[in-house]
Amino acid sequence: MPGLAKRVLTGLAVLLLGGCSGQAAPSGSPAVNRPPVILATTTSTQDSGLLDVLVPMFEKQSGWQVKTVAVGTGAALELGARGEADVVLVHAPEAEKKWMADGNGAKRLLVMHNDFIIVGPPADPAGIRGLAAAAQALDRIAGKQAVWISRDDRSGTDQLEKQLWKQARLDPAGAPWYVTSGQGMGATLTLAGQKAAYTLADRATYLARKNGLGLALMVEGDPALLNVYHVMPVNPTKFPGVTINTAGGEAFASFMVAPETQQVIAEFGKDKYGQPLFFADAGKDESQLGL
Amino acid sequence: MEVLWQGLRQAGELILTADAELLRILVLSLAVSASATALSALVGIPAGAALAVGRFRGRGVVQTLVNTGMGLPPVVVGLVITILLWRTGPLGFLGLLYTPAAMVLAQFTVAAPIAAGFTQAALELLEPDLAGALRVDGAGSAKLAQELCRAALPQVLVAVAAAFGRAIAEVGASLMVGGNILGQTRTLTTTITLVTSRGEFGLAIALGIILLALALLVNAGLTWRARAAVAA
Repeated sequence: MPGLAKRVLTGLAVLLLGGCSGQAAPSGSPAVNRPPVILATTTSTQDSGLLDVLVPMFEKQSGWQVKTVAVGTGAALELGARGEADVVLVHAPEAEKKWMADGNGAKRLLVMHNDFIIVGPPADPAGIRGLAAAAQALDRIAGKQAVWISRDDRSGTDQLEKQLWKQARLDPAGAPWYVTSGQGMGATLTLAGQKAAYTLADRATYLARKNGLGLALMVEGDPALLNVYHVMPVNPTKFPGVTINTAGGEAFASFMVAPETQQVIAEFGKDKYGQPLFFADAGKDESQLGL
Repeated sequence: MEVLWQGLRQAGELILTADAELLRILVLSLAVSASATALSALVGIPAGAALAVGRFRGRGVVQTLVNTGMGLPPVVVGLVITILLWRTGPLGFLGLLYTPAAMVLAQFTVAAPIAAGFTQAALELLEPDLAGALRVDGAGSAKLAQELCRAALPQVLVAVAAAFGRAIAEVGASLMVGGNILGQTRTLTTTITLVTSRGEFGLAIALGIILLALALLVNAGLTWRARAAVAA
């Protein structure tokens, strides 16, 4: 897998250049019989290839072994809420706040953001290209009954899409032009390309998948389209009797917001796509992003 | 269409360069599916033989289980095993979730009924005279089953091959109980699922070709073994 190997090497190179200052591994040397850290996260972090760079880097630095379970944000939060994960990395701020309020998480740290975009067939039958407001674009798509693909899988992307339709005061569910794929971002983009349909995508996956899709960028830049990722270690006190790997979960969360990691995130994808796939945000306040 | 050629070329490249990552995935796929097949044979062949020759209590139940099991949806198997293996689940203390062992368990669950069903069919197709003659000779049920298996060895090996085919081709359950973790539980089929969703169709085809080649090799090996058994 030359592409994969290249990505890993790039990540390591960035790590060596950026973080050679010799920060001690936060959790000491690798020990035998340490339980693995179960990370529940979204498909976008895996489909974009970011985790293939970050996870080996974390394992090397900390000595913890990570078991990454890439599911939709909804499922990742559910696994965390059942004590089946030690830390979650997701992108659905509203759902996360509720999850935290329910006492599932020890803390919630801002990691990075990119943005969602509306993509569609280059012929643009609904005439939305270049619109500034996502809600207006959806309004036109509904008006023209242009085919729209919804993931409908409770992922972060799906949750934001539902929110956008609500903002546009439309309820497309059940309409013949409103197609639900029930699949991850990559597969949904392929489907949209094949059906010449519009869909909402995170920019990272779109950039990684752009070639050969037959889709064009239609709408971007609306603050409502911001895609923000948080890391949240699971709160061990909520699960008496279940051995949550608190130390491992906390270590991963700290790793995600550490300066070297943030630099790797900021550089990730630049070489391949000419622009970064994510913007590092550790230490910032959500309001600084315009949320 | 072009992507198919690209995949074929890429498959050749991956094999010729002995790509380290591919090798690891290949070895894991083989190890998991071979273990699952061995367990399936160990349980399935005696079960199939018992169904063919025995008239025991609960035979109807076992028969129904085997028949249904041959069409068991892997995704349901994966879901149930995942929930059982959850930390909060009844088998959580084993710490097996997201390990190759969990994948062996899942593949065994779908492959064992195939081994049993095919073995039973093979033995029942043997000449009834043979069983009769053996019974006259005073063979007990266990002895009878053993002799029949020997007589139908080529077909029993086909049962093993079918179980292996089911195990190595399985993706839904492996994805769920294994988690498709890089370097730990990523097998050929789960990798194909992942790279397809990443849009690396050429690589997906390449891996698909390698998977097919692997299945072909194992089946050819078993068929050859079966022929040798007939000749002997």
